[in-house]
Amino acid sequence: MSKILILAEHAAGKLAAATAKTVSCARAIAEHNGADIDVVVFGDHAEQVSQQAASLHGVSRVLQCEHADFAQPLAAHLAPELAAMAADYTHILAPSSMFGKDVLPRAAALIGVNQVSEIMQVLGEREFKRPVYAGAAIIRVSVPPDCKVVATARTASWPAADSADATAEIVKLQTQAEHPQHTRFVENTNAGGDGPDLATANIVISGGRALASSDNFAMVYQLAQQLGAAVGASRAAVDAGYVPNELQVGQTGKIIAPDLYMCFGISGAIQHITGIKDAGTIVAVNKDADAPIFEIADIGLVGDLFEVIPALQKKLA
Amino acid sequence: MKVMVLVKRVIDYNVRVRVKSDASGVETDGVKMSINPFDEIALEEALRLREAGHAEQVLVVSMGSDACQQQLRTALAMGADRAIQIATDAALQPLRAAQLIKALIEREQPGMVLLGKQAIDDDNNQTGQMLAALWQRPQATNAAQLEVQGDSVRVTREVDDGLQVLELDLPAVISTDLRLNTPRFVKLPDIMKAKKKPLDVVQASELGDADDSLDLHIDDWQAPPKRGGGIMVEDVDALVSELKSRGLV
Repeated sequence: MSKILILAEHAAGKLAAATAKTVSCARAIAEHNGADIDVVVFGDHAEQVSQQAASLHGVSRVLQCEHADFAQPLAAHLAPELAAMAADYTHILAPSSMFGKDVLPRAAALIGVNQVSEIMQVLGEREFKRPVYAGAAIIRVSVPPDCKVVATARTASWPAADSADATAEIVKLQTQAEHPQHTRFVENTNAGGDGPDLATANIVISGGRALASSDNFAMVYQLAQQLGAAVGASRAAVDAGYVPNELQVGQTGKIIAPDLYMCFGISGAIQHITGIKDAGTIVAVNKDADAPIFEIADIGLVGDLFEVIPALQKKLA
Repeated sequence: MKVMVLVKRVIDYNVRVRVKSDASGVETDGVKMSINPFDEIALEEALRLREAGHAEQVLVVSMGSDACQQQLRTALAMGADRAIQIATDAALQPLRAAQLIKALIEREQPGMVLLGKQAIDDDNNQTGQMLAALWQRPQATNAAQLEVQGDSVRVTREVDDGLQVLELDLPAVISTDLRLNTPRFVKLPDIMKAKKKPLDVVQASELGDADDSLDLHIDDWQAPPKRGGGIMVEDVDALVSELKSRGLV
């Protein structure tokens, strides 16, 4: 039987959806030979988040570890804690968010193992599928028998575990490691859009370089607002400065799986496509009938986005 | 300060990668190879640190067979002062790569190590964090801006909901994101000059035992499943009725 520890991601008293997705990945591992699934919450005040984690279906126990140093989740502080806890577990998992990608490899090195990045499918307790080359290839990765499995779950590949009626036990845990003082948090600056979170939104409206300016992107925001959607963008649009970095979708931005993805003026480079191919329905609007985005779109429309978007707004009003 | 930059030889960003029919890997015969684009950004940043007077020397390091000397020469042509190839024919996984670099760091004593946030071949995003762990030094991943202030560096990182600023004591490991800078083009005279710059070869075996018992076993390379069955619609009316009939809006 496996013993799985999941590193919880949270902010402002809320457990991130990425954590519930990681629980689903852990449950897929548990299907092979059974597993206890523990979630560890590090925070300066972690009670609220621990309760949310305890309600997730499949979670056996929540470990609540509070310390003033955890007010901000720094890899230099969290990785040694995870490494100290690893002795009791066969698997350590984290979401493949920026947070998980930052912390987990540092913990893996302290534990002395390689990490499996971006599990998209579980084949066995120690055997997984994951994408490489921006999704141009899918490989099978097996962890050697003597090594702990340290892995990130590709969030776009897993549904969020639902909340159960029963709640798991919450155990308070003391910190177990030294926290180096060589890394200091200064500040967070958020662009602070009011709309839904791009990583978890059901509908995403994206724009590309063809929008041609930051001002024109307002149309994308308006359509998104109308549909209750999050806004995304191609790398080209981000590089051109039309929208902030955190809206980038693709290999080096966010990998998302909304029910509906509508993109305007995005040609469909493989690096972008890898970020959206788990979407339920992909709608593409592009002036160029030969754009590669049409090869993967479920519904395609050849047209000028500057005419299509206003027409859509009117039709959907 | 000496800045060490790690560069990896990868299939060029513009190549359409194809899986071999025997599922043993991807086609590399006759395929253009380049410096991993994120590592190129790391190198550019190191060169700018030198130009701003924060660094005296930019040392570029690559690990692999002699073929990676080609990427080291490109890095020298971009402006690096010295290059070291850690020679090995093994396909290094991130932990082993980090162990070798850690051993080289003991010899070279850099004040900062810069590398790309991920390599565009294995998309692992691990080596920098692992190196920082083994070296017991600070890390800042996904750097979008960095500013050296005496014995520390202030790094603006790209995170999921915006930007985060950290202050790190030096030496530190910093992995670079797209928006940090735009790498310079290499000029022809610089390619000629680069041929005279020092490129040393260090055998991986000199830096530690070749222990591959921790390696993940990788096989069964497959092309991703294709999305199919898409349709084209004529106009916005048809698009909206299609979306409505599928219950999407």
